[in-house]
Amino acid sequence: MGFFNYFRATYPPKTATVAKERLQIIVAHERKQRSGQNSTLDYLPLLQKELLEVVRKYVAIADEHIKVNLEKEGDYEILELNITLPDPDNRST
Amino acid sequence: MAKIIVVTSGKGGVGKTTTSAAFATGLALRGHQTVVIDFDVGLRNLDLVMGCERRVVYDFVNVINGEGNLNQALIKDKRVESLFILPASQTRDKEALTMKGVAKVMEVLKKRFEYIICDSPAGIEHGAIMAMYFADEALIVTNPEVSSVRDSDRIIGMLSSKTRRAVQNLPPVKEHLLLTRYSSKRVNTGDMLSAQDVQEILAIPLLGVIPESKSVLQASNAGIPVTLDKNSNAGQAYLDVVARFLGEECPQRFIEDKKGFFSRLFGS
Ligand SMILES: Nc1ncnc2c1ncn2[C@@H]1O[C@H](COP(=O)(O)OP(=O)(O)OP(=O)(O)O)[C@@H](O)[C@H]1O
Ligand SMILES: [Mg+2]
Repeated sequence: MGFFNYFRATYPPKTATVAKERLQIIVAHERKQRSGQNSTLDYLPLLQKELLEVVRKYVAIADEHIKVNLEKEGDYEILELNITLPDPDNRST
Repeated sequence: MAKIIVVTSGKGGVGKTTTSAAFATGLALRGHQTVVIDFDVGLRNLDLVMGCERRVVYDFVNVINGEGNLNQALIKDKRVESLFILPASQTRDKEALTMKGVAKVMEVLKKRFEYIICDSPAGIEHGAIMAMYFADEALIVTNPEVSSVRDSDRIIGMLSSKTRRAVQNLPPVKEHLLLTRYSSKRVNTGDMLSAQDVQEILAIPLLGVIPESKSVLQASNAGIPVTLDKNSNAGQAYLDVVARFLGEECPQRFIEDKKGFFSRLFGS
């Protein structure tokens, strides 16, 4: 019994391995949620709205002409800001 | 300087009370003035595990409310010099432990004891927060099992945000992982998370591993902290944990299966 069990236990993915993988994923996810509570992501919509207001003082643009995007690259977080200006003849000033 | 140590886990029934009793007894056996406090309001159990349930007169909440003084509430252990127990209240009112009240009691205890061990209730509510709030160090009791590991991670998050040290921007609570109910045999057959697995996931230093052992139930049946049972492997493991906590070099004896490769191969 013991002999065969020992070898049999080696090829199907062991339940402990499955447990570890599942935990690594859920724990990483929950940590991110916890740390996100008072930083980065939740200020993005407000930032976008305020930027839109500032730009509109000078140029008439639609909501979708401003894009704010936060990307993670290794240890860095990159805040990407994209403003699409309309054709020169449509400008208000 | 007195040290306040919380024994916490998030998940219930993983061995916090067993650990609090064993660890406090171990520290007292080393000659340290030690008090162990039951924070589990409404579900007092530490007194039973310590075998002093019939000597409870006043409790933690009585002291906070001024209905009895601290000296009347502290129960001196009859077996180990320098070991005291402060029992929890059986009141249904979970908010009976106020921050101010706990702070006041801690201040007095800090003058008299070297180690103050706080046995946390399960969960992440008021009682668990009160137990961890004043802590300098934390024993995070974890079983090698998915829900316990996940809950421990949440508790680690709370230690770094909801404690006095976090709120006042002091150096963080020092965290120690304590894996309990560990079966190296099941780890070897691949159906239990290993100490290394859990340590990697939680990413805090491993203080020790307590094996799954029949002697734990026997000890609690008798009201004897398991560290007083010389024949118990769990008791020995807890004594090792105490030694390591006190800064002594002490190899991990309970992570590896005692049986060798061949007995694993051919034996049961
Ligand atoms: N190493 C061990 N081996 C075997 N049984 C154990 C071990 N540690 C704890 N137990 C058992 O697990 C049960 C729960 O233990 P304990 O009361 O210490 O947990 P707890 O975390 O304090 O629970 P609660 O969350 O309800 O306060 C008890 O029956 C105890 O005997
Ligand atoms: Mg308990």
